[in-house]
Amino acid sequence: MTAEGEIIHFDNVGLRYGTEREVLSDLTFTLYAGRFYFLTGASGAGKTSLLKLLYLAQRPSRGAVRMFGNDAITLSRASLPALRRRIGVVFQDFRLVPHLSAFDNVALPLRVAGHGEKDIAGPVRDILEWVGLSERIDAVPATLSGGEQQRIAIARAVIGRPAVLVADEPTGNVDPEMALKLLRLFEMLNRQGTTVVVATHDLDLLRKVPDSLIMRLERGRLADPTGALRHPPVRRT
Amino acid sequence: MSRDATTRRERRLGPSMLHGMRRLGGGGAELIPQGRMSGPMPWVIAIMVALTAIALAAGLSIGNAVSAAKAEIEGGVTIQIIEPREDTRDRQTRDVAKAVQQLPGVSGLRIVPREELDSLIEPWLGSGIAEATGSAIPVPALIDVRLATGATPQRVETIRAAARKVTQAARVDAQSSWLRPVFEAMVSLQILAIALVALLTLALAAAVLLAARSALGANRDVIEIVHLLGGTDKQVARVFQRSIGFDAAGGGAVGLALAMVVIVLLARRFEGLGAGLVDNGALGWTDWLLLALVPILATLLAMITARFTVLHALRKML
Ligand SMILES: Nc1ncnc2c1ncn2[C@@H]1O[C@H](COP(=O)(O)OP(=O)(O)OP(=O)(O)O)[C@@H](O)[C@H]1O
Ligand SMILES: [Mg+2]
Repeated sequence: MTAEGEIIHFDNVGLRYGTEREVLSDLTFTLYAGRFYFLTGASGAGKTSLLKLLYLAQRPSRGAVRMFGNDAITLSRASLPALRRRIGVVFQDFRLVPHLSAFDNVALPLRVAGHGEKDIAGPVRDILEWVGLSERIDAVPATLSGGEQQRIAIARAVIGRPAVLVADEPTGNVDPEMALKLLRLFEMLNRQGTTVVVATHDLDLLRKVPDSLIMRLERGRLADPTGALRHPPVRRT
Repeated sequence: MSRDATTRRERRLGPSMLHGMRRLGGGGAELIPQGRMSGPMPWVIAIMVALTAIALAAGLSIGNAVSAAKAEIEGGVTIQIIEPREDTRDRQTRDVAKAVQQLPGVSGLRIVPREELDSLIEPWLGSGIAEATGSAIPVPALIDVRLATGATPQRVETIRAAARKVTQAARVDAQSSWLRPVFEAMVSLQILAIALVALLTLALAAAVLLAARSALGANRDVIEIVHLLGGTDKQVARVFQRSIGFDAAGGGAVGLALAMVVIVLLARRFEGLGAGLVDNGALGWTDWLLLALVPILATLLAMITARFTVLHALRKML
């Protein structure tokens, strides 16, 4: 049964890499369409691991995951790409294609989705202008600063207007001013209907998005700063 | 972005529009850095294709010569009339020819003219002997007999019996009996060429496999990125196929060109020999077609290998 507005649901999910101990345990939560989520937790708490489950880079070792109304566990491999295209990802390590220019990196999701070249140039330039990188449109990643690469990665994640935007420490390499600007971009997308999940350990950031919901990971389990476990993640008061 | 920058970018990406990731955008960008005939892969393929084509050409050429020689020697019998007196020899020759001609299975017969015999021995004895000594050197007369079917021992025996009945001076030999060692040597060479082609094909396949593997290893990150951005296995495989196919086709073309030069030069050399056996080894148009197939097959092989290697790696990802 799918709840109203539900977009992703985790039920008692656990994840272990190989035969190691579980890095994620007993995760039960629901993400609702159009909300803005922060995922916090200490380094090594499992934020990236949880996001990997969200952007379908990893299958959980146990539990059930429902995404866009599909059972993500039993879904055939062939139907995963279509699902992935509805999720925009900002990787913690950016993962830009090293031989491609900023323009081509940002255009990649549109090309993968089969858009024609004439539908690509305009939006790519617009988004690059938005993240302040119009000047570097021809630059390859190696010649860009960490913050510039991060903004390219963000531009690539949002260019395809994904239903869900998953961002892993998207403001880790930029100054506070740029961090705020990027957050405004996320908020703008969120207002247009994109569900946003941002992993960060920058607690200042949380306060800057008033309507955001906070999920806190503590050694692989969902917790609340107050100690009272609440699912789904609650609106911050 | 300025107009200037746009055109600059488009100019730079221009050549890559021909190949690369067409399917992933119909446009400029290459997802995988293209060797464009740089790096060892196209050159290894070029060399392998050249060697394979040369070995194949040798095999085909020897094969042609062998089958031509086979037809020639199998149906031929030579009768020599060894008689020093010219008038007796001429008479006996005519009589033997008449007798042999009537035998069943004889399809043709030719008394080799005197001038032809003289020209055959001239390189050894020089001309003008008759003028110098007042008498010609007694050279046996030759009758070249063609048989409708192969010169089996029984047939040769029948001819010998018929000739001997006319004169004891007749000596009958199947041509194959003295040509056979040459013939057999050629067949061994042909087998060698076929074995070489088989070995080179295996080595070519191995080279292509290694190249596809290393390209995959070098670009694993890119594959993973495209995979996570929602690229299908087929899309990713196609990018690789094109990139490797392009390299293989380039290498194959260079290799074939190289082989052609070698083959044509060698053919010239052999033509210069003017020897009948070798002349028959000329390549026909079907042979050239087969040679042209070598780089095409190499390219196909490279693309198929790349495809399966990539698909295999992708299956390991979620
Ligand atoms: N591929 C992997 N194989 C084995 N263990 C892993 C792997 N990835 C992460 N881990 C382990 O899982 C745990 C959670 O890692 P994860 O990267 O999810 O943490 P994180 O919250 O994102 O940390 P950070 O804030 O430093 O990015 C860590 O103990 C880490 O060592
Ligand atoms: Mg992390």
